[in-house]
Amino acid sequence: MVLISRGIEQIEGQLVFIGSIPRVKYNELVLITAPDGREMMGRCVLLSDETIIIEAFNTTDGLDLENTTVEFSGDVYRVPLSDDMINRSFDGVGTPVDGGPNIIPESWKDVNGLSINPFAREYPRDLIETGISSMDTLTSLVCGQKLPIFSGQGLPHDGLASRIVKHAHIYQRDAEERFLIIFAGMGIKYDTSIYFKNNFERTESDVISFINLANDPTIERLLTPRIALTAAEYFAFEKDFQVLVIMTDMTNYCEALREISASKDEIPSRKGYPGYMYSDLASIYERAGRIKGHEGTITQIPILTMPNDDINNPVPDLTGYITEGQIVLSRDLYGKDISPPIDILSSLSRLMKDSIKGTTRDDHADLMSQLYTSYSKALDVRSLQAIVGDEGLTPLDKKYLRFVSEFEEHFLTQPMEIRRSLVESLDLAWEILAILPKSELVRVKSRHIKAYYPKPEVS
Amino acid sequence: MEVGNEQVGNIDLINGPIVHVNGFKAPRIRDLCLIGTFNIPGEIIRLQKKNGSTLAIIQAFEDTNGVHLGDEARCLGYPLSMELGPGLLGSIIDGIQRPLDRYFEHSGGFLTRGLAFPALDRKKYWEFKPIRKKGDMVEPGKILGTVQENSSIVHKIITPVGIKGAIDEIAGNQPLLVTDTACTVRGTDGAKVDLQLFQRWPITLPRPIKSRLLPSIPLISGVRLIDSLFPITKGGCATIPGGFGTGKTVLQHQFAKYCDADIIVYIGCGERGNEMSDILNQFPALEDPRGNPLMDRTILIGNTSNMPVSAREASIFSGITMAEYFRDQGYHVALMADSTSRWAEALREISGRLEELPAEGGYPAYLGKKLASFYERAGYVEILGNPGIRSSISVIGAVSPPGGDFSDPVVQATKRFIKAFWALDPKLAYARQYPAINWIQSYSLYDDDVKEWWMEQDRTWGRYHTLMLKILHEDHELEDLVKLLGADALPIQKQLTIFVADLIKRTFLLQNAFDDTDAYCPPVKQAKMLKMYIKYYKRATELLDSGAPLFKIKELEILPEMARARKDIPNEKPDQIDDIIQKMNAEMNMIRKEMS
Repeated sequence: MVLISRGIEQIEGQLVFIGSIPRVKYNELVLITAPDGREMMGRCVLLSDETIIIEAFNTTDGLDLENTTVEFSGDVYRVPLSDDMINRSFDGVGTPVDGGPNIIPESWKDVNGLSINPFAREYPRDLIETGISSMDTLTSLVCGQKLPIFSGQGLPHDGLASRIVKHAHIYQRDAEERFLIIFAGMGIKYDTSIYFKNNFERTESDVISFINLANDPTIERLLTPRIALTAAEYFAFEKDFQVLVIMTDMTNYCEALREISASKDEIPSRKGYPGYMYSDLASIYERAGRIKGHEGTITQIPILTMPNDDINNPVPDLTGYITEGQIVLSRDLYGKDISPPIDILSSLSRLMKDSIKGTTRDDHADLMSQLYTSYSKALDVRSLQAIVGDEGLTPLDKKYLRFVSEFEEHFLTQPMEIRRSLVESLDLAWEILAILPKSELVRVKSRHIKAYYPKPEVS
Repeated sequence: MEVGNEQVGNIDLINGPIVHVNGFKAPRIRDLCLIGTFNIPGEIIRLQKKNGSTLAIIQAFEDTNGVHLGDEARCLGYPLSMELGPGLLGSIIDGIQRPLDRYFEHSGGFLTRGLAFPALDRKKYWEFKPIRKKGDMVEPGKILGTVQENSSIVHKIITPVGIKGAIDEIAGNQPLLVTDTACTVRGTDGAKVDLQLFQRWPITLPRPIKSRLLPSIPLISGVRLIDSLFPITKGGCATIPGGFGTGKTVLQHQFAKYCDADIIVYIGCGERGNEMSDILNQFPALEDPRGNPLMDRTILIGNTSNMPVSAREASIFSGITMAEYFRDQGYHVALMADSTSRWAEALREISGRLEELPAEGGYPAYLGKKLASFYERAGYVEILGNPGIRSSISVIGAVSPPGGDFSDPVVQATKRFIKAFWALDPKLAYARQYPAINWIQSYSLYDDDVKEWWMEQDRTWGRYHTLMLKILHEDHELEDLVKLLGADALPIQKQLTIFVADLIKRTFLLQNAFDDTDAYCPPVKQAKMLKMYIKYYKRATELLDSGAPLFKIKELEILPEMARARKDIPNEKPDQIDDIIQKMNAEMNMIRKEMS
C-alpha cells in the first residue's frame, strides 16, 4: 500500500514538515512532487505522533504548503545493482548519465549497508605494489585497507591516485585478479571528473563511476559514497572482485554534512561540524576490508584536501582516527619540484607491518625504520645548518646533508612514467643510505648491513 | 532480577537512536526494552508523564531504520545486565554482550538486527567440582566450587551478592550447563534459593568488595618507558592520550599481550574493525608471560566505530562489570579501553539528541561524573567472602583528543581520575621513536608505591630511576640552546648529559613492539639496563671531573654493545648485562690510568 499525503505544515531549508501519518517507517524513502510537477526524493528523519520531518534530497525551491504531495514508498532507500553496471557512469544518486539504458537490477540493497561483524573480518595481508618507491618501501598499501591521501588545494593528489590505479597490482601474485575500480566524486569540478575518466580509460581495469558535481544538490553528496560502497560490497562480496574505491573529495562530503546539520539546528561541535561526524565517517570508511570466506576485497583511497593545509582540521583529524594510516602530501616538497611530494614522516600505513613480515625481503622492516630515523635526523641537521652555517657542522653532519638531498632527489622523486619494483626501491634505498657510515645505521641488523650495504668499489 | 515484569507500549516518536514509547505500566530508568518487529534492544534513559500516561524515552542499541511509528515495544522490567559465568574467557562480544562469533555462524559477514543470542553458550557442559558440602554456611563471595574453564584458568563459582545461609544441596563432580542448578542455599529466613552456574549483574552498579587497599605492586608491561620510568600499579589507572598515528593502540595491545595480569578485558570501543581482527588473529597463537595461550585469559569487546553508538556507550561498563566478576574470584584483572574519546562522543551524541544543554566541546556537563563512575571501579582490594585474598582491576584508557590537543575536555576530565599519564607525542612518532611517550609531559604518581617492589629486583633502582628522569629533563632544557649554538658550545659536563640522554633515547626508551626479543623486556633486564646506563653516566662524570677528555668517554669500545643490548641480550639471560657493565668499568679504569 502506498501512502500519499497532500499538504505540508512547514518548510525550512531542506526540511519538510508534515502532519503525522500512522505506519510510517524511520528513514523511509519518499517522493515529493512540487505543484509544477517537479519530483524529488527525500527521507523521514524524525517521526512523532504529531509531525514527520522529511529531509529533501534536492532544493525545496518551488514547493508550497497546499499542493505539494508526499508519497511514501514503504521502504528505505535502496539502490539497484547488477553486473551491467561495470564500465558505466552514474550521477551522485545512481542514475545513469552516460546515455545508456537503466540498470536491470539483480538485487536491491539498502545504501546504508550493515556493519561488518568484527569477528568476520579477515586481517588484510596482501600487499599492493604501486611502483612508487616512497609508498612501497615506507607506507605500503594493503588489499582491504583504507588509506587516505591528505592533500591541499593545488597539490597533485589526483595525479597520485590515478598513478596508483595505473600501476597497482597485488604483490607476487600471478593469477589474474578480477580488478574493479569504483570512483565516487563528491562535489568535484567537471574537469576533475574528466581527468579521472581519461586516466581510467588508459588502464585495463574495469571502472564504475558515481559523480556528484560541484553544482549538484549538496544533500546528494551524502548519498554518493554510500551508493558507491554499496556497489563495492556487491561486487566484492557477491562477485569476488578486488575492488578499489577512490573517493574524492571527502572535504566536500564533510562540508555537505555540516550544511545539512546546520539546517536541522543541531548543536555544532568543532568548526561547526556536527558532533556525530566521527561515527558518520566511520560508517563510510569501515566498509573497506576483507570478510572470512569471501575472495573479494574492498580497498579505499579517500582523497581529502586539508582546508588551509591544516592537518588538525576536523576533516583530516577524524579521518586519520578511522583510517589505517595516511599519505600526506607536502607543499614544501612540491615547491622543490619533488614529485610525488609525499611527506614520509607524517605518512603512515598501519597494516604494513604484518603484510611485509615474511613476504617481502627480510631487511624491509628494519630498513624502513632506518630510513625514517636517518631522514628525520638529517632534517634536524638541515635546520641546524640554516642557523650555524656550514662551518658549524661536523663531518658527520655534512654526510647527513648529502644523504637528505640524495634521498629527496633520487628516492622520493620519481617521474610519472617510471615504475620501480619493490626490490629496486629497497636497493636504491641502501645505495643512498651508504652515504652514512655503518655506525649510524643502528636500526638495521648487522647481517643486513653485511648483505645489502653496497661494497666500495675496488679500484 | 532474573525474570522481570514484562510490559507493552507503543512507539510514539523515532529520532535516530532515540525512541519514545507510550503506555508502559511501571517502567524504571535503565530497564531493558525490545523495540518494534525487529526486536531492537534499548534501555530507558528518561521517564515522564504525558497526557496522563507514562512516556518512556529509550536509547536503542541498534539502528532504527525501517521501524514503524505506532509499533509495539516491550519493557523487560530489568536493567541491562551481564551474564557472568564459565564461557566468558576467549570470547568476543559486542558492547551489550552479544557473542559476535555466534552471530557470524548465524548470519555471515554482516551484523543483522534484533538477533538475540545469550552471551554464555547454553549447550556447553562444564565439569563442576564442588568445594563446599551440604550444611556449610555461605555468604556473598564464598567459593562454592570450580570449573576448569580452559587449560590455564580455573573459574571459581562464587556465591552471588545477596545470598546468605546454609547449603541445602550441592552438585557433585559432574558436568553442568550454565543454567543448571549447582547449589541450593537455605537462607536465614528459611527460603530456598537455587544457584545456577552463572549469575547476572547490572552494568552500572559496582560489585561490592570488602575493603580498598593502597596499591603497591607494579603491573609489569615489559615496556621499558612505562615500567622503569612511569609505572602503573596493579589496581591503578592510567591514560594514554595521543593523536592518530602516535601508537595508542599498539601500546594497548602490548599491555594485553605482555602484562602480568591474570585476566585481560580488552574493549575496542568505537575503533577500527581491523584492529579487532588483528587481535583475534594474533592472540590465539601467542603466549602470555607465563607460557599460556593468550586467548585463554582474554575477553574481547568489539564495538567498532561503525557499530551502533549507544552500545558503544554501554561497552565500557559491560567490560568493567566482567572485570569485577573475575576480580571477585581473586584474580588480577587488567582492562584496556580503546578509546574513551569515542565513548565520550557517544555520550555527546545521545545528549545532543535529548537536547541537553552542552558544556565544553559540546560534551554533556556530566562527562566527568560518568568518567569517574568508570575509573573509580578500578582498584586494589580485599574481596568479599575470602579473608586475606587481594586482587585488583587496573584500567588503561586511551584518549584520542582532536588534533592531538591535550586541552580537550575528555583528556582534562580523565586526568582527574588517573595517576599515570602517558602522553604520546606526534614528533616522536614521526621520527619512529616508539613508544612515542613524551618523557617530559608524562608522569606517574605510582613511582613511590612501587619503589619497594623494584628495589627487590635491584637495590639501586630507586636512586637510578630518579637520576634517569633527571638526565632526560636536563637534556630537554638544553635542547633549545643546542639548536641555537650547537652542542660544542656547552660546558663539557652538559655535553655528557646530552650524549647520555641521546644514548638512553635511542637504546633504552626506544623499543620495537614487533621485534621478537625487544617487544617484551622482563623487569630484571630493565633494572640491569637502567643500571648500565646510569653507571656509565656516573663513571663518566667522575672522569670528566678529574680532567679526562670527553671524546674518549664517547668512544668506549663497549658502547655499541651497550646500544644493542636491548636486542642482542636474550631476555632469559639478563646477567650478560653485568658482563657489559664490567667491561665498561674496565675501560673507564684504563682511561683513568692513562691520565695519571
